[in-house]
Amino acid sequence: MNNDAGTHRHGGDRRRLRGAIAYLAMLVVVATVVIPLYFVLITSLKPRPDIYTQPVMWFPDEIIPDSYTTVFTAVPFWEYLRNSVFITAVLTVVQVVLGVLSAYALVFLRFPGRHAAFLFILASLMVPKEITVISNFALVAQLGWTNSFAGIIVPLAGVAFGAYLLRNHFMSLPGEVIEAARMDGTPPMKMLWRVVLPMSWPTVAAFTIITIVTEWNQYLWPFLIASNEKVAPLPVGLTLLQQAEGLTNWGPVMAGTVVTMLPILVAFLLLQKQMIKGLTAGAVKG
Amino acid sequence: MLTGNGTFLASPDVARQERRYSRAEVALAVALLLPNLVLLGIFTYRPLLDNIRLSFFSWNISSPQATFVGLQNYVEWVQRDDTVQILMNTAVFMGVAVFGSMALGLGLALLLDQKLFGRGVVRSLVFAPYVISGAAIGIAFQFVFDPTFGVVQDLLARVGVAAPNFYKHSGWAMFMITATYVWKNVGYVFVIYLAALQARRVDLDEAAEIDGTGQLRKFWRVTLPQLRPTTFFLSVTVMLNSLQVFDIINVMTRGGPYGTGTTTMVFQVYQETFVNQRAGYGATVATIMFLILLVITMVQVALQERGRRA
Repeated sequence: MNNDAGTHRHGGDRRRLRGAIAYLAMLVVVATVVIPLYFVLITSLKPRPDIYTQPVMWFPDEIIPDSYTTVFTAVPFWEYLRNSVFITAVLTVVQVVLGVLSAYALVFLRFPGRHAAFLFILASLMVPKEITVISNFALVAQLGWTNSFAGIIVPLAGVAFGAYLLRNHFMSLPGEVIEAARMDGTPPMKMLWRVVLPMSWPTVAAFTIITIVTEWNQYLWPFLIASNEKVAPLPVGLTLLQQAEGLTNWGPVMAGTVVTMLPILVAFLLLQKQMIKGLTAGAVKG
Repeated sequence: MLTGNGTFLASPDVARQERRYSRAEVALAVALLLPNLVLLGIFTYRPLLDNIRLSFFSWNISSPQATFVGLQNYVEWVQRDDTVQILMNTAVFMGVAVFGSMALGLGLALLLDQKLFGRGVVRSLVFAPYVISGAAIGIAFQFVFDPTFGVVQDLLARVGVAAPNFYKHSGWAMFMITATYVWKNVGYVFVIYLAALQARRVDLDEAAEIDGTGQLRKFWRVTLPQLRPTTFFLSVTVMLNSLQVFDIINVMTRGGPYGTGTTTMVFQVYQETFVNQRAGYGATVATIMFLILLVITMVQVALQERGRRA
């Protein structure tokens, strides 16, 4: 309210106040993210009676691994983990390869219907996966693929976002280098491998980590197709565990939750720069 | 937003004038593109159309026999008691999720764009929940919101407030799933806004600073207009994503309490098709949902176009 801008002391006070508010806000943000995660972790390590107390025991007297033992012995969590790793690995390799090949053809090869092919890929981004499940489920059941890896993987293998992301990146590459290689008569596949990809690894890496996260967390489709530990990935296995133990035995359920969260959180901490680069490139450019 | 309006290295017209297509090149392009196009065709476009066909049938998904019933499913949808509530649930969830995560995400981006000690760590923390499985977060937060042993009731009790029963009261159950969704997804909005803030024209901000424009005025008049394309992109993306939420609802409430307390259209599609075995009705709801989505997107694009011209 004070219009007297000349009072230097006043401005300093105000700046200090704003700084204090900013740090306070940051503290609230940290608490909001950390408290629920801490609560899950600590519950997975508590003896059963300590979970069901009022008020909540924030710092348990005793820490035991029993819930984890239960999850890996009484419940087939190793199998869920194995399935998650397998499904994620296969889908990531397939999608990155298909994405690179599609984008390469769209940008560097001349053929009729190129723009139509691009629109076909792009528009599929607008179709919600959730409304395709009825018909896809019927098709997969007809093929006898329910409760199989093929049933989970094949319908998820097509790639739209990655092809779009890589196409945008390929188009930003220096035209002179590409033209020079073409004049030299470099065959197309050699050009992809020797000229285009060496200039594109950061974008390919960004797409790869985004795909790993997406496929690791894939839920509705594997939930419909997988019925037991033969093929169910972690999030589905965790749901089966929750349905069995639910509200009555939070310890193992929380241990299963930690096991599901942890691998992807570690991967994220190692590769967050690439991941954020990929997400913002898809959003801010274009 | 999603439509790239960049040009190809050589536009098709120019290529046609220079030379005819080389047969080897066309063959290679087909070989490279076909697997992906076939997969998208079979598992994205085919079911989209098949859905419309199925909505005219009465069909138990595990039987090979479907009976044509004409518009009966649509008539049923219009007449059923739960339709309005499910539409309302979907709209409320979507509205709160979009406005909540956009406002919070922008606020966080503005906060952590400032030079603050430790902002790098806090940025990672805000984004981290976005990479975690929605099912895992849903289960974790079901416990966080547990009315007897959860952390929310504990914190409320410490300030002398009795916690509502988040499991049994429809309104609070809705609050619970929406809050959980925003907690998980606000990091995405935050990251996109932060990138946009870092890419904006700093000279405009400085000009405003020299003019002595107030902070709030500067935000409305200078910062927010610069962010308009990002805001548009996010509003479309977040809306589409929030409309599709299944994991959190499936593990936290299963659409309840009281049958349809937190059932959204996507959850209804699942419930009718795979639990009640009424795939025809499920396909009807899915088709209506897709139409609603299409209209919303078209309206948003139209608004954006008008905004650009103005």
